[in-house]
Amino acid sequence: MSATIVSLPDRSTARVPKVNYLTKENGLLSWLLTGDHKRIAILYLISLSFFFFIGGALAGLIRLELLTPQTDLMATDTYNKVFTMHGVIMIFFFLVPSVPATLGNFLIPLMIGAKDLALPKINLLSWYLYIAGGLLAIYTMATGGVDTGWTFTTPLSTHYVNTNVLTTGLAVFIAGFSSIFTGLNFIVTIHKMRCPGMTWFRMPLFVWAHYAASILMVLGTPVVAITIVLVALERTIGIGVFDPTKGGDPLLFQHLFWFYSHPAVYIMILPGMGVISETISTFSRKRVFGYTAVAFSSVAIAVFGFFVWAHHMFIMGISNYAVLVFSLLTMLVAVPSAIKIFNWTFTLYKGSITFETPMLYTFGFMGLFTIGGLTGVFLGTSGTDIHLTETYFIVAHFHFVMVGGMLMAFLAGIHFWWPKMTGRMYPEKISQLAAVVTFIGFNFTFFPQFILGTLGMPRRYASYPPEFQVLNVFSTAGATILGVGYLLPVLYLTWSLKYGAVAGDNPWQATGLEWQTQSPPLTENFLATPIMDHEAYDYEWLEKQEEKEVASVG
Amino acid sequence: MSDSTAIVNGAPAAPGNAHGHEEHPAYLRHHFENVDQQADAANFAMWLFLLTEVMFFGGLFTAYLIYRNWYYPAFVAASHQLDIFWGTLNTLLLISSSFTMAMGVWCAETRKKSGLVLCLVLTFILGIGFLGIKSIEYKEKIEKHHVPGFHYSLSSFLNPDSDEAARKAGDKPLALDMARHTEVYFSLYFAMTGMHALHMIIGIAILGYMIFRARAGAYTSGHVTFVENFGLYWHFVDIIWIFLFPLLYLISRHAN
Repeated sequence: MSATIVSLPDRSTARVPKVNYLTKENGLLSWLLTGDHKRIAILYLISLSFFFFIGGALAGLIRLELLTPQTDLMATDTYNKVFTMHGVIMIFFFLVPSVPATLGNFLIPLMIGAKDLALPKINLLSWYLYIAGGLLAIYTMATGGVDTGWTFTTPLSTHYVNTNVLTTGLAVFIAGFSSIFTGLNFIVTIHKMRCPGMTWFRMPLFVWAHYAASILMVLGTPVVAITIVLVALERTIGIGVFDPTKGGDPLLFQHLFWFYSHPAVYIMILPGMGVISETISTFSRKRVFGYTAVAFSSVAIAVFGFFVWAHHMFIMGISNYAVLVFSLLTMLVAVPSAIKIFNWTFTLYKGSITFETPMLYTFGFMGLFTIGGLTGVFLGTSGTDIHLTETYFIVAHFHFVMVGGMLMAFLAGIHFWWPKMTGRMYPEKISQLAAVVTFIGFNFTFFPQFILGTLGMPRRYASYPPEFQVLNVFSTAGATILGVGYLLPVLYLTWSLKYGAVAGDNPWQATGLEWQTQSPPLTENFLATPIMDHEAYDYEWLEKQEEKEVASVG
Repeated sequence: MSDSTAIVNGAPAAPGNAHGHEEHPAYLRHHFENVDQQADAANFAMWLFLLTEVMFFGGLFTAYLIYRNWYYPAFVAASHQLDIFWGTLNTLLLISSSFTMAMGVWCAETRKKSGLVLCLVLTFILGIGFLGIKSIEYKEKIEKHHVPGFHYSLSSFLNPDSDEAARKAGDKPLALDMARHTEVYFSLYFAMTGMHALHMIIGIAILGYMIFRARAGAYTSGHVTFVENFGLYWHFVDIIWIFLFPLLYLISRHAN
């Protein structure tokens, strides 16, 4: 592990630039009223981490309850509320905005050579909407919570439960608009704000992935918004769109809900895939293999993602023909993801691989996402789905994709761009340790759940037959390790803000435009509008660039 | 794609404006290279926003499509409870308001301040008129217990002779099971027209703000993006109604 590509400026003379986006203005108001995409990204990072740890604490409670077969820690209805709020907070207030709102916000203008996103005020508005939605969700939790599961399934949510469905629905509705505005902003920016020479096929794959995710945000989120409105109207004044006693059909709710919520998993994972493309290229010193294929596979995921929603409904009473078609389409959507995984693997082939922390998280992502994706095939096949759905198998499956995939990618990205965001390096050894701890803890937590699922343990129950206890104890123990793995970065990243080594402009010797400006960047990002005169991931161009610099200085 | 906007925004037609001074008009935000790019981006963003609106209403139209196919007789009988006179009048009001709005955009582009104010005020009045008529219609539904929920009444459909509108349309009594599904129709009626009315209310509020600003000369000095984008929004709300009107009012009005 001694090989490294890190090149830091001379420690005796290195300084973080005095003028940058962090120091330009001071005071709380300069943050709360900012239009700077980088500052908004930091606001998002702080608030997202807050919600992540609330959601994580709820997950801890769930695992603690499941340590024993009896319901001893909390009453069963409390358990229902805890897992519902865990899902709501993690999905709508962490996973959906995670990479786009922090890294995407920070990096897209830098990567395409723009001064800011096209609509800075809308960008700030989306943060305020996110906060409003988040606070409402917390208020909901404090005043009794909601126990429908994060899916708000009718007629349970409209007729039977007595909990805060309306306020939670409103919270999700508001957060949805935050997501719509983020996506809209990205699409406009990518279309209209690219610097001279930045053609579509010179853009980093990170930008392509965000473009695809933005399409999903813009087209999918409004549908769940109207669905929530209909649920609210049904619950309050009693309209009959989903109510079978009035001729409505609860299955229509499922269709409308999953029409958003299946694409939503691609909203969550695509930006993560964008991060992986960047890290894997940088730490293998090679252009991403099959750049065009990886770029188009993002768009293909966005398109196919809209035609597979009914695979969430195989046992809900849709017709056998629909099951057949949606099963087939579900297999198809796996293809672009596989294209990405194979292309990343070929990028590694004959690369000069080094194992800095972002790369460790990247390897974690590739392994866990592949397992998550392949178990998705079990669930997309209608025959096995009938056995496995609503068991812990499905819980393990989406946690492998979302936590093992997305969260690993998020952490890879945070570490990778931390020097750019703060001007300082994170401490390498302890963060490598954290990456390994996370990986181990993750597998301990969620792998046993695959076995539990195939044995038939249903999800969403506070108690279970005693023969399942051993595996549940494994899972709870793993969750503890995982918790340590997530706490560590908070500690050492905060530490590094003051004590980290000064990073310099380009500590990884990476090729993206964001690395060709100072760290942390100026409020205007670049001194002059950059001109893109080379392909993406062109390491030879970078070398020549450095030679030029040496020549001109010497 | 935006030659027209470029001409409008990029090269202000004001006489005596030397070339050099066009470089940095006050309304050019710092992160754009030039006014063309700014106008282009704002326009594109508005179209994307309208796309999200299409998806938003799309959920309702999907529900309508399904239930209308399932419960066609109930939908026909229920649609007879709507007053085509008011519906047509409202359609006319909205189309006129789209015309005045389009004229408003033209006035802003050609820098006619008083014309712009007049057009915006007319649009405002026509919008209020639409909502007024809508509230007359809603009042009638409430009085006849056609609002879905606790007090929903089936008598107009089980016994059409007791109801003037149903009698005039020559409705046959529906079986209880089908008659109950009129409630789904009215659920969709209120959800769709209610969402549309909400968009009208938001639009009218923005119009009020724009009238205030236009009187101060805000949109007639070359920077018309806001008026243009609002025009797009207003036309979109209009188009939604153009779909709602036949789908809700005219179900049984067709040749053969």
